[in-house]
Amino acid sequence: MKIYGVAFLSACFLAGQVLGELLGRLFHFQGNIGGVGFGMLLLIVLGDRLKRKGWMGEESESGIHFWNAMYIPVVVAMATTQNVKAAVAGGWLAVAVGVGGTLACFLLIPVMARLGRKSDTPHNENDKV
Amino acid sequence: MSLFSDIFSRFDLVFAFLFVGLLMSVSILLSRVLFRARIPGAAIAITLGLVLAWFGGKKGVADFPVMSGLSLLGGAMLRDFSIVSTAMGASLSEIRKSGPAGIASLFLGIVTSFSIGSAVAFSMGYTDVKSIATIGAGACTFIVGPVTGTALGAASDIIALSIGIGVIKTVVVTVLTPLIAKRIGLDNPHTAMVYGGLIGTTSGVAAGLAATDPKLVPYGALTATFYTGTACLLCPSLLYFLLALLLP
Repeated sequence: MKIYGVAFLSACFLAGQVLGELLGRLFHFQGNIGGVGFGMLLLIVLGDRLKRKGWMGEESESGIHFWNAMYIPVVVAMATTQNVKAAVAGGWLAVAVGVGGTLACFLLIPVMARLGRKSDTPHNENDKV
Repeated sequence: MSLFSDIFSRFDLVFAFLFVGLLMSVSILLSRVLFRARIPGAAIAITLGLVLAWFGGKKGVADFPVMSGLSLLGGAMLRDFSIVSTAMGASLSEIRKSGPAGIASLFLGIVTSFSIGSAVAFSMGYTDVKSIATIGAGACTFIVGPVTGTALGAASDIIALSIGIGVIKTVVVTVLTPLIAKRIGLDNPHTAMVYGGLIGTTSGVAAGLAATDPKLVPYGALTATFYTGTACLLCPSLLYFLLALLLP
């Protein structure tokens, strides 16, 4: 049943929110710290375990995949409800951060790929060189 | 006319489904016709959404009663719920296979984007730590910005700005990836995983890799899937605290 998947997703989501809220209180901080991230970690770890034990069939999983597919439309809806007029004032900032931050990460790709490959593929032909 | 507006505002969430569906289809059409699919439909739809929001008020187009469903569909609850659901596409054992490089690039990518975003925000005159952190988080992805902003209680205009930054990043990644793929050695699964971890914007990564080599999409998307979650965990917590310590 699809609702099993949705219910499982909800359980992970809510548990993540509780953890995030508790962490927030621990740091005497008004708000939720990483609730979404905790929810995702729970879903990955527990989802993997449930699938291995055969407790979650494809039908249940499709309930989760529906929400996965709704992610972009939800973000589009979110975009239409933002206070854009006020944000336009910082237009150059958006461009500077968006382009600058992205370029910096692009530059790091060859560096990181080289670092990792030495340890990752010891049987690679490159080792002979 | 009032018959339509009555029905649409009474069933506002259902109308929001219809509206977003139409917006997505128009965007995908524009993507194919104008940009030969180089810019993903999702990036165009989000940009169009932001343009439409400009015609609205504090709550964007949701200020119009007919469009109020969009604030439910695009509200914090369904947004976070759908983000958590994307984690189902990734498994811990697979991320382990990508090795230390994938995980290291994940953290390096988040810290680099957050630092550059925060530095630019600070140099452009922002002094409020919550705003700076939200802008820095926006440099990660258009999801991390609003999640961080909401968690920290940043102003709506800052949250909108962080989404704008994330959208610009998605567009830059999508357009740039196929153009510079050869130069950065992006032609194998290992580099694709590093790339997904460093860049992180799932739609940009998936679209950029699809335009480069469709076989690489799952590898880049795998690490990119972890990016948003990890960044949502780090930005409003550890990175925010470090930023608060650094700033006066």
